[in-house]
Amino acid sequence: MEASKVIHAIYTDDDVLMNAVKAVKAERYHIEEIYTPFPVHGLDKAMGLAPTRIAIASFMYGCVGLAVATLMMNFIMIEDWPQNIGGKPSFSYIENMPAFVPIMFELTVFFAAHLMVITFYLRSRMWPFKKAENPDPRTTDDHFLMEIAVHGNENELTTLLNKTGAVEVNIIDKEDEH
Amino acid sequence: MYTFSNKLKTFSFALMILGLLGVGYGFMTSHKSFEDVEAILADETHHGGGHGEEAAHAVTENAQDAHATEKAHADDTHGTEAVAHVDEHTKHVEHVQHQIANRPWAALYVAAFFFMMIALGVLAFYAVQWASQSGWSPVLFRVMEGITAYLLPGALIVIAIAAASHFIGHNNIFVWMDPEVVAHDKLIQGKSGWLNIWGFIIRGLIFTGGWVLYRQFSRKFSIAQDNATDDKNFKKTFRISAAFLVFFLYTESMMSWDWIMSVDPHWFSTLFGWYVLAGMMVCGITVIAFISLYLKSRGYLELVNDSHIHDLAKFMFGFSIFWAYLWFSQFMLIWYANIPEEVTYFITRIEDYRLPFFGMLVLNLVFPFLILMNSDYKRIPWFVVMAGIVILIGHYVDVFNMIMPATVGDRWFIGIPEISAVFLFAGLFIYVVFTALTKAPLLAKRNPFVKESEHFHY
Repeated sequence: MEASKVIHAIYTDDDVLMNAVKAVKAERYHIEEIYTPFPVHGLDKAMGLAPTRIAIASFMYGCVGLAVATLMMNFIMIEDWPQNIGGKPSFSYIENMPAFVPIMFELTVFFAAHLMVITFYLRSRMWPFKKAENPDPRTTDDHFLMEIAVHGNENELTTLLNKTGAVEVNIIDKEDEH
Repeated sequence: MYTFSNKLKTFSFALMILGLLGVGYGFMTSHKSFEDVEAILADETHHGGGHGEEAAHAVTENAQDAHATEKAHADDTHGTEAVAHVDEHTKHVEHVQHQIANRPWAALYVAAFFFMMIALGVLAFYAVQWASQSGWSPVLFRVMEGITAYLLPGALIVIAIAAASHFIGHNNIFVWMDPEVVAHDKLIQGKSGWLNIWGFIIRGLIFTGGWVLYRQFSRKFSIAQDNATDDKNFKKTFRISAAFLVFFLYTESMMSWDWIMSVDPHWFSTLFGWYVLAGMMVCGITVIAFISLYLKSRGYLELVNDSHIHDLAKFMFGFSIFWAYLWFSQFMLIWYANIPEEVTYFITRIEDYRLPFFGMLVLNLVFPFLILMNSDYKRIPWFVVMAGIVILIGHYVDVFNMIMPATVGDRWFIGIPEISAVFLFAGLFIYVVFTALTKAPLLAKRNPFVKESEHFHY
């Protein structure tokens, strides 16, 4: 970690924050991170973050769940211990499929949902007992914090941020915190 | 203000004229003589391919021909058995003759119901928007009000066709309207307190009356709100919308028993009303999206942005899945329990209607599910239109599958009578809807939520 001086601008309103993000982006500064007490609609687009790919992952996990359900039911109900389902002893997966559809559906949803959440946690580097990265506890209540890296341009940045309606602008040495 | 373009008006008239000609042709050619039908049947057995059909016949005919076989059993001598055979043949040919005569009636009825269902679905969706005080949709209210203008003619046409099939035709759609059939049928006799022609017509008029009353008042208040100085009209519409939804959910269910489920008077399903509701909602929302996109492409509805289209597409996606969920709930229980009087409904459909029956699942579930799953695709107009066309075709086939097996049996085909009936009502629908759209400004400008709707973005 080299020169990690950062500037923390604190806002108290999401609309002000959104306009501030647009102003900062227009001046071509790089926003490291924004901490908010609740999801702010359109913030990711305003910050220029790449669109999430979690939906694609979720779709694939759903397909895995569907496959697992199919293979599992086929083994349990047809191959290993053939069952007479609904008085129709055909012992064929496809002919008994209406009985299996609810399970296929549920496991698809189960796999998609759980694996998606786990992926999201891992991707965001969150795991049990991890120390919170949140620099200011007020962002869990009613404040919004924008973090911008400083490369010897503190003064311009400070004036710009003050102009955008920040209630506080602090310059922080990151190493000190660790 | 929107003006009905001459091109579209001509197009709607062309559709109606083409449709009328085709429907007329369907009726003209549906009267086959006994000998003609005999020849058709003989032809079918000669040219292979008749095998499966014959087997299917044996199943569907069983119920109707029970009399003939009973007679044959009773008189056990060889001589009379031969007579019974001839009798059975006559009955079979007459049965097929009747099915061929039913086809233009059923085709007309399916198309009439399909377009009525679009208007009714939109009306329910509109009432939900009011009752839930949605902020996103007021910019689309005038489009919805335009579509619901078709409800009055549409519903009256459905009732008129059903009544005409009794008074003019030979009970070509609803078998319980035939006193001859009822006289020999214990089950229908038990239901005749509900299933009788005058009860059917009066109930139909009450349902239609209630729906149209709500439609007229909500439309009146909506237009009055445009130039009002307070929100009194808005509050009134909110109240009548909530009341209408209660009325609608009961009457929609009863309507589905009367207008659809009773074509198979022995069979019943307790979730049929929901199932029909899911179909009409998805069709209605699709048509809202179509007309909004059309008007937008012509430079109207400038406040409708791609987030509104995105929301409509989300509803199309969601209601498609809801439809499939109800379809499957109905199918699975009947399949699992395997009770003969229930399961015949699906057996005739799987045996005689294999392609439309399974094809409709692909059109109504698999296709919209895969196409509309991606969030970005829901904002691309031509994608929404493509998916919508498939959904509308799929739900037409769904209504087709509900009506046809009981009326024409395995004598079905999607040919001139069916397609012309669709043309006829599509033309009428376009004419009525776009005429209604010209009657009021396309923006409900003083709706208290219109500002929110304008700035709606996803």
